Amino acid sequence: MLNVGKIEEGFVLDHIKAGKSLSLYEHLQLDKLDCTVAIIKNARSNKMGKKDILKVECDINLLDLDVLAFIDHNITVNVIKDGEIVDKRDLELPKQIRNVIKCRNPRCITSIEQGLPHIFVLADEQKEIYRCKYCEEKYSERGGTLK
Amino acid sequence: MSPLDFTTKELDRLFDLAGDIEKHKEKYAHACEGKILATCFYEPSTRTRLSFESAMTRLGGRVIGFSDAASSSASKGESVSDTIRIISCYADICAMRHPKEGAPMVAAEKSGIPVINAGDGGHQHPTQTLTDLLTIRSLKGRLGGFTIGLCGDLKFGRTVHSLIHALVRYPDIRFIFISPEELKVPDYITDMLRAREIPYEEYMSLEDIMPQLDLLYMTRVQKERFFNEEDYVRLKDFYILDKAKMALARPDMLVLHPLPRVNEISVEVDEDPRAAYFKQAQYGVYVRQALILTLLGLAPQT
Repeated sequence: MLNVGKIEEGFVLDHIKAGKSLSLYEHLQLDKLDCTVAIIKNARSNKMGKKDILKVECDINLLDLDVLAFIDHNITVNVIKDGEIVDKRDLELPKQIRNVIKCRNPRCITSIEQGLPHIFVLADEQKEIYRCKYCEEKYSERGGTLK
Repeated sequence: MSPLDFTTKELDRLFDLAGDIEKHKEKYAHACEGKILATCFYEPSTRTRLSFESAMTRLGGRVIGFSDAASSSASKGESVSDTIRIISCYADICAMRHPKEGAPMVAAEKSGIPVINAGDGGHQHPTQTLTDLLTIRSLKGRLGGFTIGLCGDLKFGRTVHSLIHALVRYPDIRFIFISPEELKVPDYITDMLRAREIPYEEYMSLEDIMPQLDLLYMTRVQKERFFNEEDYVRLKDFYILDKAKMALARPDMLVLHPLPRVNEISVEVDEDPRAAYFKQAQYGVYVRQALILTLLGLAPQT
């Protein structure tokens, strides 16, 4: 059993689907932060069998967690202060996501316009459908890709 | 950018203005004097471009622009964002047509002047929808309370999709979709209609339902949408509206078509008083005049 110590301030992202933690690491742009990050892969879980966990020691206002809900809203977000869990945040689907997924419609202006961000807008909250802001192409695993 | 950018109230104001322009052309002949419209057409569309140019000229304004990408700086690789920043220095309003979907929206974000989407790929063609709505409102006297048949290419035809989205905001409309199996209206549209409890029916035969229609919107089967020639040849003449079919229709049914037509409406129908597709082109100018005036803040206050 591998032990990773407590953090004083930051986030513990629990119940990440096994194998997805590295992709979250990229989307949260943790590589740009100068702080301690623990990536725990394939941890044992009663609920999920196997899961990933990310522990990030940083100022709790530093991370934009909106993107998490888009990737997987089953993730549990524990907010840590002074070594204790002070809050468990519910993840809500963001109204808009920027430069997380890429529009794959070859007829979309994003395919040729330099420097244009890939923006997707939440078109149907119940069905969790996102559409490209520019061409309204629906995002699907096949239609768009995680950058 | 999209016909749904306007609320139905705003559309009413726009159509009232278009109606006033139709009745009192002289009153508006100098309304845009000193103003410049830039027509930025990255792909050729003579009809739409001339309609915009006619609209601005009839308002006393002037027009500059280009009519295809080859004669613009886009051929040198300039981005839409850069082009519109420059155009903003030259003109007061811009109508943009672009083969890439969403290009006019990018332009609008970067522009210092109003940008009108004059068609972006297979995505939107809002001024066509405004034209369709104004034609129906002017000739039928109302928007709502009718059965509309949409016939032809209902799968790829963006004018049809935009028109359906615009019409569902009005009361008591029943849609009848007439198309071959391969060109049926997409699921997301029928899903939307079901969710809003708006009645619709799907047919393959035009003859059978002609007597039920208050309006018939014909569309062209577009060659460029097909991957193989064989399918196109098989489907292009699937529906041909002729005198015999018109004889089955109500005396006050109207035939609309976004034009250009190829074979889907026989020329013998042109003389029928119910053929409204050429009048539609005229309404296209009125509605563009009204739109230009409104976006430039020159519409008379009511």
